[in-house]
Amino acid sequence: MPELRLRINGEDHKADVAPQVSLLDVLREHLWLTGTKKGCDQGACGACTVLVDGRRIVSCLALAVQYEGREITTIEGVDHPLQEAFVRHDGLQCGYCTPGQICSAIGMLSEHAAGAPSAATEALAPEALTPAEIRERMSGNICRCGAYNGIAEAIQEVAS
Amino acid sequence: MTTHAKTPVDPAPSVPVGGAVGRPVDRRDGHAKVTGAARFSAEHHYPDLTYATMVHATIARGTITAIDTAAAVAVPGVVAVLTHLNAPRIRPVRKGNIVRDLGPSVSGTEVNYLNTDQVFWDGQPIAVVVAQTSVAANEAAPLVTVTYREQQARVDFAAEQHNATPAKGDLTFAGTKKKGDAEAALATAQVSVDLRYTTPGLQHNTIEPHATIAVWSGDHLTVHDTTQSTDASHKYLAWRFGVPAAQVRVRAEFVGGAFGGKFAVWPGTVIAAMAAKAVGRPVRLALSRKAVSRAAGGRTASTNRIALGATRDGRLTALIQDSITHVGSVGGLLEATSSPARHLYGAKNMLTRQNLVEMDLLPNTWLRAPGEAIGSFVLESAMDELAYELAMDPIDLRMRNEPATDPTSGKKFSQRMLREAFEAGAERFGWADRNPSPRSMRDGEWLVGMGAATAYHPVLRLVADVKVRLSNDGTALVQCGFHEMGMAAATVQAQIAADALGIAYEKVRVEYGDSDLPPGPMAGNSNQTATVATSVLAACAELTRKVTALARKTGTTGQEPAATLRAAHTPFLEASVGSTSRLGSLRSQGRFLATFLKDQRWSKAARGAQFCEVRVNADTGELRISRWLGMFDVGHIINPKTAASQLRGSIVMGIGMAMSEQTLVDPRNGRTMSAGLDSYYLPVHADIPPIDVAWLNEPDKSMPLGIIGLGEVGMTGVAAAIANAVYHATGRRIRDLPISLDKTL
Repeated sequence: MPELRLRINGEDHKADVAPQVSLLDVLREHLWLTGTKKGCDQGACGACTVLVDGRRIVSCLALAVQYEGREITTIEGVDHPLQEAFVRHDGLQCGYCTPGQICSAIGMLSEHAAGAPSAATEALAPEALTPAEIRERMSGNICRCGAYNGIAEAIQEVAS
Repeated sequence: MTTHAKTPVDPAPSVPVGGAVGRPVDRRDGHAKVTGAARFSAEHHYPDLTYATMVHATIARGTITAIDTAAAVAVPGVVAVLTHLNAPRIRPVRKGNIVRDLGPSVSGTEVNYLNTDQVFWDGQPIAVVVAQTSVAANEAAPLVTVTYREQQARVDFAAEQHNATPAKGDLTFAGTKKKGDAEAALATAQVSVDLRYTTPGLQHNTIEPHATIAVWSGDHLTVHDTTQSTDASHKYLAWRFGVPAAQVRVRAEFVGGAFGGKFAVWPGTVIAAMAAKAVGRPVRLALSRKAVSRAAGGRTASTNRIALGATRDGRLTALIQDSITHVGSVGGLLEATSSPARHLYGAKNMLTRQNLVEMDLLPNTWLRAPGEAIGSFVLESAMDELAYELAMDPIDLRMRNEPATDPTSGKKFSQRMLREAFEAGAERFGWADRNPSPRSMRDGEWLVGMGAATAYHPVLRLVADVKVRLSNDGTALVQCGFHEMGMAAATVQAQIAADALGIAYEKVRVEYGDSDLPPGPMAGNSNQTATVATSVLAACAELTRKVTALARKTGTTGQEPAATLRAAHTPFLEASVGSTSRLGSLRSQGRFLATFLKDQRWSKAARGAQFCEVRVNADTGELRISRWLGMFDVGHIINPKTAASQLRGSIVMGIGMAMSEQTLVDPRNGRTMSAGLDSYYLPVHADIPPIDVAWLNEPDKSMPLGIIGLGEVGMTGVAAAIANAVYHATGRRIRDLPISLDKTL
């Protein structure tokens, strides 16, 4: 099997994996970076969201071999005011979707800052991140415990 | 006395001594969860760990006549393939005892997995592949080929309903309850409705799928399992594998959502332990999303006749609910759909009957507010229909039928503030602004409607063993094998213990989620907070007595407890409730019965008033929830921040039930078609508006600290409030969930 070199949270990692292995499985089962969660393994729940060069991706639909040489950030490498805001606003219950929500929110904030519109955007280049925008842009991350209000409040607080 | 609204954000998290209870303290495992440090069941590292994937039957009923594993075994990295021909023998399921081990419901099914050639549902695990990597196990599992002799199977609920028979019920819930002659009263009622309501099966779909790591060391078994019943689970596994219970340890420090779906021991847990035994190495069996739908039960579908008769001034004279739900041929539970109908309104004549039909499907199980989630949709929709027949405000109709005592048992209510909840809620929500005529409120292309419904969930208390240790450095340790699936259970018990011991909240450490600890209750039926609090308070009271006695000897009366311990050169003092000795276990069973009987003196429940505003697009039928208020009568709140989250989360699950969730079963072969999140639609951020929750905060005097469990009540009444609002918006009455576009158009 080819030896894969991945740069994760500022550190170099090596793993011997088959080419069909997802980035998520490499993180969880080979490198034991288990903060990134597997919820559905089909890109529907967002629990496995990580940042690649600052952009959010669902790592279950990403082949690990495609990410050599990229800067991967998992929840273990995140140090962001959102984390504390999630706790204060109780934007979590069981905590299983939480790493994905946080990574996704970080990626979402930069997308918004870069002027990327969403389905809830009324006019191009929106100035403020409205509650409706946050809810639309975070809809790829499911929280079955239903902590959506707290999550949205935490993001809103950090965004403003 | 109404408390409040948005998530209370505590700017100064330090908690004054004696003031922990009632404060919006942050959940104490929050940091671990936002940094990725929290390790869930599948995430414990063992150097020689192997990975397992189950093979599932593709017929609903029949016999395995041949099973060929050669191709699977040949996949590089495969360690073993186990089938009924070569798997370790395990003992059959023991007939349960409700007092000793929570009874038959602990076993998800009665099947002796991988020890039988019989297939009882499509999806039943019939083999397991163990490999060096999950990739190899997943590659090999589909290569197992199976030949069956198929039998006729009963898999279509619609077609099987005529075979339903009246259910027996159990200690807590009778199959049939009668008062007077409801049919005759209905026939002669001045105003009546006689309706049919149906609900589909539902799946828990916790974001963490079921997962187990099983490790044998000689005859000792350690299982990291995503479970909400460590105590029942370790006893169950000990029985199945024929080892003493003390040699089985079940650990579940973090559980990624449960909602009843991780209460029973499902096949994955048993098969992981079998596989670990067979290969002599630790085995991780983490179910795929699809495997969860095949090997862990969900909520039954239901068909309900609901009929209400009333006088012209809105007094109920007849209430009939006749429900049909299903169970599997190898397990399943009676879903008590008529529970709300039996306890909410003072109808003179009542008939509530539960009927069951056995089917060749994966047995059903508890899913948040089992019985009440469905029952409140049925009853509270029908009450709204009757209100329109009477041309009466639907809240007014409810208040005219507020009973003085429990309508079926005649028992006194320990507390009942439904009237106050509706009054406070109506004012806060602006119910008076509602024009009662259907299709009378509009905002551009959106038809606007407002709906209300009653929330109801009964109170159950179990027993917990607890040990509390107070050390001379000022810290305390509370130990109890309870469960944390997102309720902030440890946070709340730490608040309770801190105040009971008179020490700082931050000084209390809590250990939980481990069957090696003093056994806690299963987390379900909204029992855990009150159950554990009962024992924590008792242990802390005993400890306080010990400290007081010691303080008299050392002359430190009035000083902090740690000062007394230091003066007496005592490193720590302990107090316990319960013990796991044989005698201790019997005493625990005695305490359970005593508590149960004591609680039976009253009719006890969490209640509430749900209000919502919906918007239905006049052109597309798209349904959006625009406003929500839940006003609850849920006793004394220990932590307003986490309590609000529990109530909101429940309401979100109710919104899912109302709008989009349904288990789709292929009526030809019994296969679950909604086996992924691409086909089972959960509510997402965009579906959920800011949810206003509030409570009356009136303690239930019959409960410890006035606590009433609130993990489930929030889900009840939600689907009815939405359906009632949709009727108000559109004039269209939807009696079959979910309320999908095709029904609103």
